[in-house]
Amino acid sequence: MTKPAAFFQRDRTWHPPALTSDYKTSVARSPRLALLSIENSASELTGPAFGHGDIDPGDADLIRNYAHTGDPVGERIIVHGRVLDESGRPVPGTLVEIWQANAGGRYRHRKDAYMAPIDPNFGGCGRTLTDAAGGYAFRTIKPGAYPWRNWVNNWRPAHIHISVFGSGFAQRLITQMYFEGDPLIQRCPIVRSIPDPRAIEQLIAPLDMNAAVPFDCLAYKFDIILRGTRSTLFENRLEGN
Amino acid sequence: MPQALHELKETASQTAGPYVHIGLAPGAAGFDIYRNELGHDIAGPHAAGERIRIEGVVLDGTGAPVKDVLIETWQADANGIHAHPGDPRSGEVAPGFRGWGRVITDFDTGVWGFDTVKPGPVAGRDGRLMAPHISLWIVARGINIGLSTRLYFSDEAAANAADPVLGLIEQVHRRQTLIASLSLSDGKPLYRFDIRLQGDGETVFLDI
Repeated sequence: MTKPAAFFQRDRTWHPPALTSDYKTSVARSPRLALLSIENSASELTGPAFGHGDIDPGDADLIRNYAHTGDPVGERIIVHGRVLDESGRPVPGTLVEIWQANAGGRYRHRKDAYMAPIDPNFGGCGRTLTDAAGGYAFRTIKPGAYPWRNWVNNWRPAHIHISVFGSGFAQRLITQMYFEGDPLIQRCPIVRSIPDPRAIEQLIAPLDMNAAVPFDCLAYKFDIILRGTRSTLFENRLEGN
Repeated sequence: MPQALHELKETASQTAGPYVHIGLAPGAAGFDIYRNELGHDIAGPHAAGERIRIEGVVLDGTGAPVKDVLIETWQADANGIHAHPGDPRSGEVAPGFRGWGRVITDFDTGVWGFDTVKPGPVAGRDGRLMAPHISLWIVARGINIGLSTRLYFSDEAAANAADPVLGLIEQVHRRQTLIASLSLSDGKPLYRFDIRLQGDGETVFLDI
């Protein structure tokens, strides 16, 4: 591999700003001073690499990876898509990790005290590596909506948290995937921390009947876009390089 | 209309939320699911260099510890080599050295800590050496997009003074927010690095 090129500048007007007062927790956890923009060096262009020795094939099947006495309760779904960069190039071999609530909207976490029950057969996390075309797939249960403390009656839309690496640490991204048709999406202060409606639409996975398995499970398709890589045309000829 | 660029837009960030541990550190969430949880061992057993420990807290704008934060770390080895195929010397990295870690807090106190080897200097993009540093990426409930910063070392004063990134920080006193302070704990090097998300002494965060 040749020396990696710099990434496209991150569009900070597309991402949510740090301070979004309708999402109350952001108020005391958001920097007030400007970020210092630095050009990518080796510290940002490189990042951890993962291989098939790090994970197990079964890790991507949330219906079975924590099942003890049978399958978990809920709507069986496949979530699949590709990890691409902003130029449309596949990002192969990158680690994708997901976590979510169960069908009742309850997380398996010592800090979650919501009244909906824990499902003894559902852990709520999975991970996989993208294939050569950037593709990934998980099998899971559609998560439920749940209430959270913000305003008195806030409910999160059904969502799956997704973490992706890319090739360099500057591509590191965590986001949330929502489901087509959910009326809670537009009411959610966390969703609405994103200023551009097109950026929100990009987080909503459409139903994908062609990937559904008849008499088994439905499917949703979710492509994930990471920062693109700049071409290095002429750049190596610059003085000092 | 000019031609279209046909570029895609990066997927927008969303907060990692309060239950980030389920996905990235399920043991901390309270259950055991994976054969191999990732990010526990940054340097591995064979890496050369000085073994160090780093501890700190992340403080919010009121001065309270953020108890549900998760930090990822990324660094070169003691020779300044990254375990990444883009580093031409990556083949020289000791087996088991990944240079990447996941750090979680004590849920009661917010204190976090990790063990690693002290990284060596790495060439910056203009060929100037950067002082030894560890890149940090901080996510939590209430953080809409992961916060990037760097941790430098107090016993590298000369290298820090010449570091091209520290030198970009206009308010000179704010450079100190990126420098971990060295002490000894049971005879071993212990660096303290507190991160202030907001307010007095706000850490310098980077747009990388």
